Parts: sequence; structure tokens; C-alpha cells
Amino acid sequence: MSTPQPVLELDRINAFYGASHILFDMSFQVYKGRTLALLGRNGAGKSTTMKAIMGVVPIRSGEIRHEGRRVNGAAPHVMAHRGIGLVPEDRQIFPRHTVDDNLRIAAKPGLSGRADWTLDNIYDAFPILAPMRGRNAGMMSGGEQQLLSMARCLMGNPDLILLDEPSEGLAPIIVQEIGRLIRKLRGTGVTIVIAEQNMHFCLGISEDAVVIDKGQIVYRGTIEDLRGNEEITSRYLAI
Amino acid sequence: MLNIDALMNCFGNSACLVTQSATGLIIGMLLFLVASGVTLIFGVLHVVNFAHGAFYMIGAYAAYSAYGVTGNYYLSVLAGAVAAAIVGVLFERLAISRVYKENLLMQLLVCYAFVLICDDAVKIIWGAEYLAMGIPSEFRVPPLRIAGGVVPPFYLFLAGSALAVAILSVILIRYSRFGKIVRAAAENATMVSVLGIRVPLYFAALFGLGCALAGMAGALAAPVRSLTPGMGLSILIESFIVTVIGGMGSIPGALLAAILLGFTRSFGSVGFPLFVDGAMFLMMVVILVFRPQGLLGERMVR
Ligand SMILES: Nc1ncnc2c1ncn2[C@@H]1O[C@H](COP(=O)(O)OP(=O)(O)OP(=O)(O)O)[C@@H](O)[C@H]1O
Ligand SMILES: [Mg+2]
Repeated sequence: MSTPQPVLELDRINAFYGASHILFDMSFQVYKGRTLALLGRNGAGKSTTMKAIMGVVPIRSGEIRHEGRRVNGAAPHVMAHRGIGLVPEDRQIFPRHTVDDNLRIAAKPGLSGRADWTLDNIYDAFPILAPMRGRNAGMMSGGEQQLLSMARCLMGNPDLILLDEPSEGLAPIIVQEIGRLIRKLRGTGVTIVIAEQNMHFCLGISEDAVVIDKGQIVYRGTIEDLRGNEEITSRYLAI
Repeated sequence: MLNIDALMNCFGNSACLVTQSATGLIIGMLLFLVASGVTLIFGVLHVVNFAHGAFYMIGAYAAYSAYGVTGNYYLSVLAGAVAAAIVGVLFERLAISRVYKENLLMQLLVCYAFVLICDDAVKIIWGAEYLAMGIPSEFRVPPLRIAGGVVPPFYLFLAGSALAVAILSVILIRYSRFGKIVRAAAENATMVSVLGIRVPLYFAALFGLGCALAGMAGALAAPVRSLTPGMGLSILIESFIVTVIGGMGSIPGALLAAILLGFTRSFGSVGFPLFVDGAMFLMMVVILVFRPQGLLGERMVR
């Protein structure tokens, strides 16, 4: 087996909110076509890490490389056009737009014009959304909004998807549906990073794992090894 | 001061009724066009464009010059709208976008400074004296006679095109991809940029569109009003009265209020010529007291 290619490299990045230091010298790699679980408790810095990658939160030092290119300071729309999609933790759907319009706004070809996802096959892949096309997104349940947020991300045909706590606070049936979708996405060859507090959701769907605590990396490796590492899981992860 | 007899005579006389209604209509439609630009910018960007009158003036002067060069009035209206749009986009990029997050006073100051600069620029380019464009050659035809009243064909063109363009731009904001994106960006700019969209360009384009409406209104008004530096101030105030009476952000409200104001002006000049402006402000005060959200505005939450 050839050594896997890093698509995304974080190299000792530091991020702040105002004066408070949030990410400390954080380094890890994300490999092409693989799924990485970014694990950590409440407030560990998972969302901040994803926002830093996307260019939503600036980094003060260190380097972020995407496909080998330094992308520090690139605006979110630039990162989106590099093929990165973010499904933010609070979903951030447009509540006063219809489901259809939420998706249409996000429609763009992927890198080299790839257009695998269109409105029609999105509704095939997200059958729960299909009957709600004309409804205002603000009227949907949390689970439906989460699905919409994922579908909207796919409309941009990303190659690297950042999923921020996709299962948080949702009913088991929706969590199962989301797990099924992620497995299906993995089959298409995209690279995925999933932020979660809970390792179990990620067990069947990711190869790699990074655990962070108070903005610092405390574990980097495969998720299988992490599963057997009682010390790390009991100290740094929610049960 | 109050000439109830004259007003009643006019209401009882179809010729006077038609003539005054036509005048009321063009005043109303010009106001509607200007006010819909204000409403568009406020409704989406939540910025009160106190400089809107300057774009009306720019449109009028640009149309005046374009008409002098081309002799074609339709092209001149286009020139007025385009000139206002270009200056509007520059103003948005260089100045107003930097104070979107500032308080109202800061925005007011930036706009006021811009108005003063524009007024002086007009003085330098076109001079300080009054200019008159006159009815364009395309419309130098005998007036229509409707029920004994006189209606210049230009009035119909003015009212019709102002109404059509204002409504088209509302449809654009409501139903086009551009409109959907810019409204989403106004609610959540970060998320829209995460989807790969250059939000500042969309805000600038929307601002430019609002200014283009003011510029078009100026170009439409140029044949029937005299051009002077500072001509934007009264239309700005009146369009604010329209937005307040109609309801901030409501286009149907703006239409209703603009027609109301236009008719107050035209019939007021017959019945209470000295109290026309007073009547408009009185209307605004009454609305503010009894229906603060305006005739068709939504009640403000928070
Ligand atoms: N806008 C902000 N301003 C200031 N501090 C913030 C801001 N957002 C997050 N923080 C702080 O940064 C730290 C990391 O937050 P972050 O949201 O990245 O954590 P997280 O791992 O995503 O947590 P959760 O699992 O609760 O989503 C926390 O201490 C949080 O309080
Ligand atoms: Mg988070």
C-alpha cells in the first residue's frame, strides 16, 4: 500500500478569540479519501479548528496547507472554491428561505467542474427533505435542519467535508440516517472530518482520530487504537 | 390660507380632477421609485441611505448631459441610472461598507459628507445655476385630453416606467438567484461566504441597484423639474416620509404612501397651497403616533 496523501495539514496553528488563546500549536493531517474523527469534550476547540480551516476564524501563527498549498488567511469563499465544505455545528440554515432555495443558493460546481450533486439527486439521497421543498427552513425540526445543512454543503460538490457535531441533540432515528449518509459519502471517495464529543458515533465511519483537550492535541492515530486506549478515552472523552 | 372652495370646485370639475390627478400620479411614482431604492437597501442591508437624494441628482444631471449629446431621451434615462449605479457601487465599496456595523450616527455622517461632496462636484461640472432640460423631443406631441383635462403623454411614460422598474426590482430581489443570495447574506454573511459566495460583491451590487432606481427617478424628473445642486434633499425627505408612512421595508406600503403624498401635493396646491409640506409631515406624525409600524409595515419585534 502506498503512503496516503495528506489533503490537509495543520502545522502548529494558534488561534485566539480576542485575547483568549483557544488553539495551541495544533498539528495534524487529514488523508485523501479517509475520514478523521476530531474528538474532544465541550469547549475543547473542535469548532474553532474547523472554522480556522475554513477561514472563518483567523489563525495567528502556524500554517494550514491544503493540497500542499499554504492557505493561511484565505477567505471562506476561497476555501469553498478550493473544494472544502463546512456543515457548521448550529446548522446555520437560512430560516426565511425555502428548503429549495437553501439548496439553490449553495449550488456550485466542484473542482474541475465536477457536478455530481444536483437538486434532483440531493432529494433522492435525502428523501426526508423531498416533501418539504417549498417549506421555509425555519419551520423544520432540528434533525431536518441538520439534514438540510448537510445537503446544502453537498450542493457545492466539495472534496473535503467538515462535519461539526452532526449528531448533536438529535433523535436516534435521525442519527442513524446521518450515519447512513456519511457511509454513503465515504463510498464516493470524498475526505471527511467529523467533530464529535462521543467516539461511538464515529466508530464505524472513520479510520483516523485526533483527540483535543483545551485546544491541544492529546491523541493522534487510528480510531481502533483509540478505542482500546482506556486512559485517553476516559480522561478526554464524554462517555 | 385654506381654500376649501377651490378644492371642492376642483373635485366637482372633471378637467381639474384629471389634470391634478395626473400631476399627483407623476409625483407619486417618482417618489415610489426613489423610496423603493431606499426600501430595498434598508430592507436587505439594514442601512439607511441618507445619501439617496444625491443619486437622484446624479441621475438627473447625467441624463441632462446624455440628452444634450445624443438627443435620445430613452438613452438618457439609461445613462442616469447607470451613472448613479456606478457612483453608488464606488460609494458602497469605499465608504458605506466600512460603517455597516457602526451606529446610525456614523452612517449619517458618512452619507452627509458624501452628499456635500456630490453637490459641490455638480457645481464644478455643471455650474451652480438652475438648468432646465425641457420636455424631450420624443414627447413633444399634443397632450391627451381626458374628460376635458390635460395629460401630457410624457407623464404617462414617466409614471408607467417608474412603476414598472420599481416593481421589477422588487421581483428581482424576491425571486432571482441574486435576490435570494443577497437576502441570505444579509441574515448570515459568514454562512453564505462559507458556501463559496463573495458576499461584499453582492452587497455592493444591491446598493448599486438601489442607487440606480434613484438615478432613474432623477432622469425621469429632469424634463419636468429644474436641475440644481442640492435638488436631492427634498426628494430624500419626501421618500423618507413615504417609507415611514408606508412602513419601513414594505414595498406595497411605499406605493400606497407615495400615491397618497403625490395626491396631497397636487390637490394641496389647489386647496391649501401654503400647507402642502405641513400636511405631509402632519400625516407622518399621525401615522407615527397611531400606527408606528406604518400603513403596511410589519410590527418591529425586539
Ligand atoms: N466567539 C467566541 N468568543 C470567545 N470565545 C469563544 C468563542 N467561541 C468559542 N469560544 C471559546 O473557545 C473555546 C473552544 O470552543 P469551541 O466552540 O471550538 O469548542 P468545541 O470543541 O466545538 O465545543 P462543543 O463541543 O461545545 O461544540 C471554548 O472555551 C469557548 O468558550
Ligand atoms: Mg463545537
